[in-house]
Amino acid sequence: MTTATTPVRTAAKPSAPAVTARKHRPGRRKRLELALLLGPALLLFTGFVLVPIGIAAFYSLFNWKGFGPLDDFVGFKNYADAFGGTVFQSAIVHNLIIAGLSIAVQLPLSIGLALLLNRKLRGRAVLRALVFAPYVLSEAITAVIWALMLQPNGFADRTLRGAGLGGLVHNWLADPGIVLYTMFAVITWKYIGFGIILLLAGLQGVPAELREAAALDGASAWQTTRHVVLPLLGPTIRIWIFLSVIGSLQLFDVVWIMTQGGPANASTTMATYLIDHGFKRYEFGFGSAVAVILFVICFVFALLYQRFALRRDTQGALTRMVG
Amino acid sequence: MRSGKFGLSMGYLAAIVVVGVTVVPLLFVALGGFRTNAQINTDPAGLPGPWVFDNYASVLGSSAFWTFLGNSALIAVIATALAVGLGSMAGYALSRYQFKGREAFYTLFTLGLLFPVGVATLPLYLWLRQLGLLESFWGVAIPEAAFSLPVTIVILRPFMHAIPGEIEDAAVLDGTTRLGFFWRILLPLSTPALTTVAVLAFVTSWNTYLLPLLVFNDSAHFTLPLGVAMFQSAFSQDTARVLAFTALSAIPALVFFVLAERRIVGGLTGSVKG
Repeated sequence: MTTATTPVRTAAKPSAPAVTARKHRPGRRKRLELALLLGPALLLFTGFVLVPIGIAAFYSLFNWKGFGPLDDFVGFKNYADAFGGTVFQSAIVHNLIIAGLSIAVQLPLSIGLALLLNRKLRGRAVLRALVFAPYVLSEAITAVIWALMLQPNGFADRTLRGAGLGGLVHNWLADPGIVLYTMFAVITWKYIGFGIILLLAGLQGVPAELREAAALDGASAWQTTRHVVLPLLGPTIRIWIFLSVIGSLQLFDVVWIMTQGGPANASTTMATYLIDHGFKRYEFGFGSAVAVILFVICFVFALLYQRFALRRDTQGALTRMVG
Repeated sequence: MRSGKFGLSMGYLAAIVVVGVTVVPLLFVALGGFRTNAQINTDPAGLPGPWVFDNYASVLGSSAFWTFLGNSALIAVIATALAVGLGSMAGYALSRYQFKGREAFYTLFTLGLLFPVGVATLPLYLWLRQLGLLESFWGVAIPEAAFSLPVTIVILRPFMHAIPGEIEDAAVLDGTTRLGFFWRILLPLSTPALTTVAVLAFVTSWNTYLLPLLVFNDSAHFTLPLGVAMFQSAFSQDTARVLAFTALSAIPALVFFVLAERRIVGGLTGSVKG
């Protein structure tokens, strides 16, 4: 489309030539428009995202129960107490185990299933929709469904016994040695669809010509996947790892509803620890310190990851993280 | 891609396993709602026999379920309208205006992607208490909108940026103001991206658990996720009814997903491909 150089409609108000019109010359009117357009979003975002983080940083320096005067200044004692406590230490370890398992188990599984669903199977659309379905269910519904399925001698146990796998039956939610892995399995059920969709989207960006060329050169299907397709999925995989680790560090809802972090703190995460101390024991100052720690861990991870893992990707990850 | 018969049959086998693992829990819940507790206790993995409709009828007949559903819908609609409304205005300013500090503002919003509601919940609660927003729908909807803004702006900005300048030039020639161009031309052209961000904001709000849990004490204000969790602990002896309640609670999200699947997937696809 070419720009008209003369106004076609005589009724139109005379205006500046089109070329300068788009440059939005600075002026009071433009500043007013910017304030009008950007102001409300900025206000909402500052007021309900940034301010709370600031408040938390402030309260974390006090020994405070959530009401009464803020007069018991303790400096960094809350932080020292958190890091010095065995329960919080184990909570960090649990978050890291979940993050590690996600990368070791969910990622290969997602890639395999995405490659599979990318092929011309009959009923592929239905398959995709089904795999994605758990992702839209709320964490609360997911947790309740699995809590009921995993009851002792419930659906899961009976199904295993019926399949002749009675030896696998465990006390899924009450055995401290098992419960964290049970949580991981439930999370995998819920979130695997997201990874698959993300990877399928990435696979659509792999040109068919490349695969055909590899096949012509005598590469097997496996070699083509390994040396042509997977490297091209790199950016998508790196985004998925980023989202997955952040999600693992923030894990809360499913664990809270299913076990409250129990038994004996065996499934405690940083977030359940924070809510347990903040809202069940009213240790607001201490809980705020834990919130700040959790935030800083996520922030540092994001910065480092952006710096080292995503540097090679053409666009900055922070501007492309969606989902 | 070449694949032999063996590869294809392995593919179908894997597909069957995936469908089984995904669907069986959903079937367990939906069918369990049609059974009695006695049936469930004697054979947890069985099918309804005979089919009973009392559980579903009693849930649908109770005011609680409809109250939770209405609350969830109200909060999600407010949060989505706020996020998409304010987010599209900010997206326009950040994509088609030249001004100092534009990139800094944009980076500030993208940083918000790092704070899901969970981290900020404790201070947010104290803040809402000071503002007198506890026990109010606004106290949940406003923060949810605020936390949806980053994703909204990140998706809308490149989309609005890509709309050709010639269209804007033509509009200006025809005597449109910049705000008029935004309202009458840019927003209608951005409908696909607006739909995607609306779907994301709505689903996020619909499923949020922790924030409403802290803001609401009165169960008359509960949302569906809170209702499901409460129902499970309140009726732990009545498994069949819990299953019916959970199944009914899952329906809106699943229906919504079926209607909006293309948009969700399309939005994610766009985000990956750039």
